Amino acid sequence: MGEVESVGLLEQKHSRRTFIKGVVAAGATVASANYMLNGTSVLGAAAVQSQTERMITLNVNGQQRRVDVLPNETLAMTLRYKLNLTGTKLGCDRAECGACTLLIDGVNQYGCSILTHSVRGREVTTVEGLEDPDTGELSLVQQAVMDEGGFQCAFCAPGFIMSMTALIEQNPNPTRAEAAHALSGNLCRCADYDKILNCAMRAGELAQNA
Amino acid sequence: MAIVKDMIPAFDLVQPASIGDALEILADNGEEAWVLAGGLDSFDWFKDRVKRPSIVVDLGGISDLSGISDAGPGGIEIGSMTSLTEVVNHPRVQSEYPLLAEAAEHVATPQIRNQGTLGGNVAQDTRCWYYRSGWPCYRAGGNTCYAGAPEAMNREHAIMGRSRCVAVNPSDTAPALIALDAKMIVEDTGGPNTFDAEDFFIGPSIDIERMTVMKRDNLLTRIYIPPFWANASHYYEKVRDRGSWDFSLVSVAAAFQMSGSTIEDARIAVNGVAPYPVRLDAVESLVRGTSGDEATQDAAGDLAVEGAVALKYNDYKIPMMRNLVRRAVRSVA
Repeated sequence: MGEVESVGLLEQKHSRRTFIKGVVAAGATVASANYMLNGTSVLGAAAVQSQTERMITLNVNGQQRRVDVLPNETLAMTLRYKLNLTGTKLGCDRAECGACTLLIDGVNQYGCSILTHSVRGREVTTVEGLEDPDTGELSLVQQAVMDEGGFQCAFCAPGFIMSMTALIEQNPNPTRAEAAHALSGNLCRCADYDKILNCAMRAGELAQNA
Repeated sequence: MAIVKDMIPAFDLVQPASIGDALEILADNGEEAWVLAGGLDSFDWFKDRVKRPSIVVDLGGISDLSGISDAGPGGIEIGSMTSLTEVVNHPRVQSEYPLLAEAAEHVATPQIRNQGTLGGNVAQDTRCWYYRSGWPCYRAGGNTCYAGAPEAMNREHAIMGRSRCVAVNPSDTAPALIALDAKMIVEDTGGPNTFDAEDFFIGPSIDIERMTVMKRDNLLTRIYIPPFWANASHYYEKVRDRGSWDFSLVSVAAAFQMSGSTIEDARIAVNGVAPYPVRLDAVESLVRGTSGDEATQDAAGDLAVEGAVALKYNDYKIPMMRNLVRRAVRSVA
């Protein structure tokens, strides 16, 4: 995923792989502690079993969080049920509603449709991570939503706020059409889209004045 | 209707850091292994318990599969794990191959384009809901087609190219890559093979259980777009029910080499009408040497749908395809 992928993770993978190769060359078996699969040419197909280390460190909202993650666990599951970050909602669990939208290295993606193990070494931001951690001051987008009162039931709000945050970061002065396009991966069943777009425009204003 | 179910069933996850490692894992594990690119196709299969691989090979850590670079003989080379957003925003794709940028921009939603890859978009499986719901149809190894049955709901299904299976190819970028004469580089442990984009996609008469030439131990590593169709006049249109998320009902991608007002050469492909994206060779021959005038547009549209046969609920696709081909030709008139 090119620019989306952090250099840190790739370096980590390569250095890890080099390390594993070195160990194998020395004749030791390392199957119990692998992060990366180190090539079945070296270890044989049997070594594929249980290669994923489950205790991992995730960078979530600027904090390093140690967490036990299954290989088949999605990021939304880990955040909600292991880290108690329930701001990330699960609506459809099928990448069809946007309620689970969060930022990975600043890019908005669906938390229900990415494996937690795929985001090791990357920066995960949830709606809980938008406010200033010291002062509690709301982010521009959060303030804009407060100003405009853009949601009715607001179950979809965290997802919309994350998409809006990615939008304002890339384009601090969007047109209404650009905002609608940027938010087209989030659904609101109250059909409050017009007011949600007011929020996006307000966030643009706040960004201009910031 | 998707139903939220607790967890994806268990699998072993392997995350190779190189193409060679990934190919060896696939070669050693055969039918047990599942290739994971962006995951937007895979996770639906897993969550619905229809496909339950025991080993998932995540390509996300292979940096060699990602990125867009200048190709030696001109043109560009796109790594299969390059995100659709990166394709859309790349300066050379935008300036020289806007047809591909437009097609990629029409995929699903921003979040899906941020995570979904170009390789995944072309290699994804069909969205026929009988098949996706786990019905034991021909494509799933069974001995019937539920979508082609007299009472079946088949509004989104095929009007041509059917052979027992009536599903359609869902990719938005596939017709654009065919129109640009892209080359798909597929590797296994024996080395790379190059396929013309139009030959990369296969219909059920060739193999009813696959959408592409790729076998279980193959990886699509790169897509090469030659310079010949760079800066060509182009037309892309995707018709869908909603302005985001939805797959195409019918889409058209066309590239034209113009000499003054004459069409020197053309490549036109349509998707959403057959189990594979359809290249319209006959229409291309018809429009070559013309100015794309109204009579040519009409003839092109009629020729495009020649032989098309509707199922019970998809007869609208025939005039839709005819009109999209007309519009493509009209765009250069």
